[in-house]
Amino acid sequence: VNQQSWAQLSNGFVYGAMTALALAMFAYAAELAFGTRSRVGRTVAAQQPGRAQVLVGGGSTDNAGSAGSAGTTDPDDPADIPPTVTFPEASPERQRRADQYGGIGLSLTVAATGLLLLGIVCRGFAAGRAPWGNMYEFSCASAFVVLSVFLVVAWRRPALRYLGLFVVVPALLTLGLAVAVLYVPAGPLVPALRSYWLVIHVAAAIVSGAVFTVGGVVTVLYLVQDHWERRGAVNALSRRLPPSEQLDQSAYRLFAFVFPLWTFAIMAGAIWAENAWGKYWSWDPKETWALVTWLVFACYLHARATAGWKGRRAAYIALAGLSCFVFNYFGVNIWFSGLHSYGGLPHS
Amino acid sequence: VSGGTEVTEPLDTTTLSTQPELPRLPSLTFGGWLRWAWRQLTSMRTALVLLFLLALAAVPGSVFPQRATSTADVTAYLAEHRGIGPLLDRIGMFDVFGSAWFAAIYILLFVSLTGCVVPRSLQHARVLRSRPPAAPRNLDRLPEHRAYVSSAPPPVLLDAAASALRRRRWRVDVSAADGTLSAEKGYLRETGNLLFHLALIVLLAGIAVGALFGTHGTVIVVEGGAFANTVQRYDSYGGGRLAGTDSLPPFSFTLDSFAATYQRGGPQDSAPRSFTARLTVRDEPSAPPHPVTVQVNDPLVVDGTKAFLIGHGYAPHVTVRDGQGRVVLSSAVPFLPRDSKFLSQGVVKVPDARPTQLGFRALFLPTARMDPVLGGQSTFPAADNPELLLTLFTGDLGLDDGTPQSVYLLDSSRMSQVSDQVMRPGDTWTLPGGLGSITFDGVRQFATFSIAHDPGQVPALTAALAALAGLMLSLFVRRRRIWVRAAGEAGGRTLVAVGGLARAEAGGLTAEVDDLLERLRAVAPASDEESA
Repeated sequence: VNQQSWAQLSNGFVYGAMTALALAMFAYAAELAFGTRSRVGRTVAAQQPGRAQVLVGGGSTDNAGSAGSAGTTDPDDPADIPPTVTFPEASPERQRRADQYGGIGLSLTVAATGLLLLGIVCRGFAAGRAPWGNMYEFSCASAFVVLSVFLVVAWRRPALRYLGLFVVVPALLTLGLAVAVLYVPAGPLVPALRSYWLVIHVAAAIVSGAVFTVGGVVTVLYLVQDHWERRGAVNALSRRLPPSEQLDQSAYRLFAFVFPLWTFAIMAGAIWAENAWGKYWSWDPKETWALVTWLVFACYLHARATAGWKGRRAAYIALAGLSCFVFNYFGVNIWFSGLHSYGGLPHS
Repeated sequence: VSGGTEVTEPLDTTTLSTQPELPRLPSLTFGGWLRWAWRQLTSMRTALVLLFLLALAAVPGSVFPQRATSTADVTAYLAEHRGIGPLLDRIGMFDVFGSAWFAAIYILLFVSLTGCVVPRSLQHARVLRSRPPAAPRNLDRLPEHRAYVSSAPPPVLLDAAASALRRRRWRVDVSAADGTLSAEKGYLRETGNLLFHLALIVLLAGIAVGALFGTHGTVIVVEGGAFANTVQRYDSYGGGRLAGTDSLPPFSFTLDSFAATYQRGGPQDSAPRSFTARLTVRDEPSAPPHPVTVQVNDPLVVDGTKAFLIGHGYAPHVTVRDGQGRVVLSSAVPFLPRDSKFLSQGVVKVPDARPTQLGFRALFLPTARMDPVLGGQSTFPAADNPELLLTLFTGDLGLDDGTPQSVYLLDSSRMSQVSDQVMRPGDTWTLPGGLGSITFDGVRQFATFSIAHDPGQVPALTAALAALAGLMLSLFVRRRRIWVRAAGEAGGRTLVAVGGLARAEAGGLTAEVDDLLERLRAVAPASDEESA
């Protein structure tokens, strides 16, 4: 098989993944439209409120999501007795269909993730190198990691399966942008990018970007859910989402996981820069915005530990950090020229 | 809002401030004001604002061209924006990262950080030597709590709990008199937190050392040419204020050959594929020469100083004879590449020519093609079909008044344009009016090296790695406490209560408490099924 065929195969897989994602998007939307609460939602709801009440005093809510630990607790413990949960009436038929659609959406997401992985691997064979050397490849890899992070989250915390729609849409947009605007034919890299640091530095950046994105989605849902909880509003989505406190926790865990990784990505970039140009920091626009992103997320972590800044305010800071990251990826590559002119896009 | 349990000592280990949150009225004395100001500066809220300000202040550095990276872009910007340009210049927008206000923010931030971290380190050192806090009265109010009744006496239970927890590396304190046990784990969280912030201070110091004592410069070396590491030999040199310019490592090298390969055909036609510079290096004047191959991402390293291959271009070799038939110039002249096909621009200045000084504005086309509209173009970066386009000027080159001139620009204000000519390697152009001749002998390549020495690098890297390790500890280690109370009851039975407390972000305490209970039951089984 020659390079050309690998590249074509890769494109085929990416298009396949996009098709599966588009279908998954409709399935998730249908799940939200049908019924009131799927089986997963009911199970989680039955586990949560009792624990959530006990934990208000500064404890931990994270046990609620992991079904494993809940099973091992003392059955006589008052905290584990499911309190009375009232469900809005829903016909079993609609309920069954909603569950079905949710399952289809998840299966399609798994399929799309697998296809995307195949597409990325084929692209690597086509180019004969690590497949993240330009913006097209970077975008495909980011979409893959976003979907993978979501699948891991949905597996560890079934209640967060409702993120599906909100994760699939940005992933699909990223892929669409990649295919329509950012596409460049597969090929080897310019000498400046040929370094094992590319693999390390860019892989860390891709994973960071994906986790930032998922964290951002959870943060937005937290803000929405918190808004509804304050107003006592109940609707199709608010019933399905986990309580705001738990969304906040999940977002924090994602950001706390990714912050050291992002730190590492910046450090690896600095080491590579030193190795290639003799200066580990040149205030190139990409570097500057990476630092800005880092500083804003440092703000976020500090805000969570400062009275009066927890909750919504911290969430806004996190979203500002995510915006900086997204701008660094798209904006800096398109509008600023610098040492990171790897996008393969003409500069204006 | 966290808290609300009976435990009075806060377990809020992410907070980087020892300061109370409640505002205090400042006393009116000068010292009081100072203390108040210091407390404000070292408060978490101030750190938050300073972090945000630093992020904000860095943004214009990416929007406006910066002198530190490209002076030419700044000059172009100023020429284009005559109205706002000088104003922006005055407030330091073209040198953001060297400006006073940027420095003010990060210095304040680091003062605030130091003021926070130092007292907290002392406090943490005390905590590390002290015992875990005593058990709260009601263990069943803790987020994690279990209880059961055993027939084993309290000391046995406490011993069993202590050994089980110690095996899991908890710090344990048994108070036999009260029949309680306190255990704590995860001190590394705060240790990591402090390590991270202290490492940032060291990192800043490393950066400062690099800026003050480091040296960096660039030099262009033509194939066959030599370079000796002295300041005079650099084409551009920038060194820290405290860097000794006469103490550069005395290495030298000759550029034996430079090779560049490019993609031929396909969608990425002309994209560079490899750059290889072959050098013969002497580490010091008396050392034996040895060959070194330098590539992008693979510098020459001599005694802590590194030479990086950062650019390349063409240097047409010309020989000029003047009107009297003397050879007045015979050398390879580096040209500046202008586009990705290496259309290159250069100037040949011949101040020694008689009867008049000669100057040539020149274009070098590695793979030449004459475009009827655009004129001479290059269609490929390799020298497949090289041509030299010369325009001859005569008159005064303006070199004699001592004003420094760019070697790439011809000041034609006191010269007149005479004629032009297209030349191929080997061609000789007899200049009109008996001015002499110029021969295009052939073309060589040049390589641009960036030569840098940064003594702050190793401390900075070490500090960065320590910061990363500290960061991971502070985010991933969970600080948590477990208490056990064994109270003797009537009938020789013991009520065992276990309680656990952790930060909201910490998970897994449930499993740990369950595990402890399992071990306790193994040693001291429940007396019957009626557990409390």
